[in-house]
Amino acid sequence: MINYGEMLLKNESFSEIVIGNTAIVRAMIESGVRVVTSYPGSPTPEIAVAIATIPHELRPFYFEFSTNEKVATEVAYGASVNGHLSCVFFKSVGLNVAADTFVQLGHMNLTGGMVVVLGDDPGAHSSQNEQDNRHIAKLSYTPVLEPSSPKEVYEYFKAAAALSVEKKMPVILRLTTHTCHQKELVDFAGWEPQPFDKTPRFDRLNGPYIPITSAVFPMKRRALARLKDVAADKQIKKLNTFINNKNRTGIITAGTTFLSVMDVLKDSDKLPDILKLALVYPLQMDEIVDFLNSHDEVKILEELDDIIEKEIKSIAYERNLKCRITGKTDPEDFIGEYTPDKVRQILSRDFPQMVKSSDFVIIGKTAPIRPPQMCPGCGHRSAFYAIKKALKETDIKVGDIGCHTLGFLPPYNMVELLMSMGASTGIASGMALFNNSRKVVCFLGDSTFFHAGAAGIVNAIFNKHNITLILMENGTTAMTGHQEHPATGRNFDEITDRIPVRQMLEGMGVAKIFEVDTYHQKKLTEAVAEAVNYEGFSVVIAKHPCMLKFTKAQKRKGSDSGKQVLIDQQKCDRIQECIKNFACPTFNKNGDGSITVNKDLCIGDGSCIQTCPATAIKY
Amino acid sequence: MENMNIYITGVGGQGIGMLSEILVRSVSYAGYKFKAVDTHGLAQRGGTVVSQLRIGTEVFSPLIESGDADLVISMERHEALRAMNSMLKNGGTIVWYDTSWQPLPVRTGTDKEVQAEEIANEAKSRNIKNLRVYIEDLPDARMQNITLLANILKNKVIPGLELDHCEKAMKELMSEKVFVKNIEMLSK
Repeated sequence: MINYGEMLLKNESFSEIVIGNTAIVRAMIESGVRVVTSYPGSPTPEIAVAIATIPHELRPFYFEFSTNEKVATEVAYGASVNGHLSCVFFKSVGLNVAADTFVQLGHMNLTGGMVVVLGDDPGAHSSQNEQDNRHIAKLSYTPVLEPSSPKEVYEYFKAAAALSVEKKMPVILRLTTHTCHQKELVDFAGWEPQPFDKTPRFDRLNGPYIPITSAVFPMKRRALARLKDVAADKQIKKLNTFINNKNRTGIITAGTTFLSVMDVLKDSDKLPDILKLALVYPLQMDEIVDFLNSHDEVKILEELDDIIEKEIKSIAYERNLKCRITGKTDPEDFIGEYTPDKVRQILSRDFPQMVKSSDFVIIGKTAPIRPPQMCPGCGHRSAFYAIKKALKETDIKVGDIGCHTLGFLPPYNMVELLMSMGASTGIASGMALFNNSRKVVCFLGDSTFFHAGAAGIVNAIFNKHNITLILMENGTTAMTGHQEHPATGRNFDEITDRIPVRQMLEGMGVAKIFEVDTYHQKKLTEAVAEAVNYEGFSVVIAKHPCMLKFTKAQKRKGSDSGKQVLIDQQKCDRIQECIKNFACPTFNKNGDGSITVNKDLCIGDGSCIQTCPATAIKY
Repeated sequence: MENMNIYITGVGGQGIGMLSEILVRSVSYAGYKFKAVDTHGLAQRGGTVVSQLRIGTEVFSPLIESGDADLVISMERHEALRAMNSMLKNGGTIVWYDTSWQPLPVRTGTDKEVQAEEIANEAKSRNIKNLRVYIEDLPDARMQNITLLANILKNKVIPGLELDHCEKAMKELMSEKVFVKNIEMLSK
């Protein structure tokens, strides 16, 4: 078996098939990164999976999952101003959480250097939006490098780190879902471990580090001057790709859009010239102006918003260039990932002579949709099934981010609103105002409780909101791949003191707390019924360990009992409660109306047994 | 063979990730250049999961255009139909394991379960080579992916791909114990 930990620490050069999220870890090591922090969020958690393959004591850098993206950014910043090259990584919307600290970084003198790795998600594959974080980069005067493939992730990270160390400024490496998860054979350079100077080198004379009014303008001036330097940086310029097809028509693009463009143009007989930008903010205008000057028409093809387009059009206007520049012409051009399909659509519309439109049409029957769902045995399923019985249809159910979000699906329909991490309690509080007729219930996972949930809870106690919070405690950060959190008793590397959720709530002063294992469905229904009738803020801790994590651990240990439920066909009255309302994916509905158990799926948890009015489900 | 686009699909939890990683490494051992990508994140919770593998000398994006797959490999019946009708070229090949993990609308009764005959009929009408795989006495559902790989090798679905390429790949990805079990199944 490949030992990724050994591979990532190799001194000699090597080639290996890796995803972008693995390639980046080797780049961190080669660059001499000393501190890495994160909060798990797709598409980036596999970076931590790769880090975990390197045993703690051999790891050339410190790593932690922090409580949230803001804290992670602050830890990485603290390390950087102490002289250590640091890196923080998180998903697209994580930058919103980190923003209060992040927007200041560009103003600071980051003596050790700091790379901010963003996992943007064009296509919203696993996020609540597809926000284009280049906007926030601009807001904070932070350069952005955008790789298109694992090879470039590796190469650009090293360039970002070198630039950051040299200019003492933050540099963003903007990944997207399909650079993170793209797989290819990458050639890695050799690595000589360098001596690690652990001296805390913070010196306030390197500052100012206190952005009070008198300091803000000089700090901002420095940030702008650095950006100007970066726009002229020769090393960074070398990362750009120019493909000369001797055409008077050109395309300017970046990131994975470049890959789609190259594929779509493959059978074209009139290939345009292509300029692929590595640095997408600030733009290195000299090369772009040269490109514009040598073409009659240039199409800017960029995923999501028209950031490059606006800047290029403005410089062309200012310099009175003759080249015709086109960019986005339709609102749809701002939406979705620039896959080969999407790029073909756009180019065949704008340049029909260059690119043929797709003639593919779906024929035949389409298969029934398959939304993601809670796993067999999931404690959240039992919870939603039981909680639903305690609530009226008109009661308002506010969800939060996590596996329990899937409770929005039929047949549960138990999540009616969703916003962002930790937002449920605050939203529910607002919905309870002037409201005497509809109970308001909100859900929150345990990792999210620590991430951004506590502030909303404190507010609900402080301002006496009449709502019920149902804390869905599964003992892990399930959706992103079972990372530890402050209540699990382990951090990334070792055992640590647990911060129990219940004690936190008690400490905050929650007067009414219920705690029920979700498999005790009747008890949970009763607890919720009582909680929602309580005048004031009440909490129900609906707990059950994540069964996906639990059964995986059992299988690894070999202690899996292998037992499964079955349906006694003699007893089954075809009430279909198990399928229609409990809806564990384990139950298959057959053509003759009978129900059977899918042996590939059942984990033998038995949480379904209590739901059958005919007591037909048994071991 | 110049290029081959392989679209691998199934339901989250079936082990598509392992199958696609074996294929990626095997085709690399067979001497092909490639680009590949897997689904990660939320869809792994019981949703449709997709891996894409593009083989060829001039491949840039790991993503296959709609209707441009030469080969669909599906670990599940509904996903086989979905991928065949959204991704597979006329005249292409589909290799699929005939197990049914009923999607939510089938279980709740708002949609019908896909049948093996529907796949066979549609494949026939589009000149698609339909390779259905089902093994009655498979000791472990987690080996369904290997039975598909065995079928691919037996029928030479990927030109130039040989058992020893897969063996090397599997050695890299499996513990000794799991490897022994799976290679036995593959060499049958």
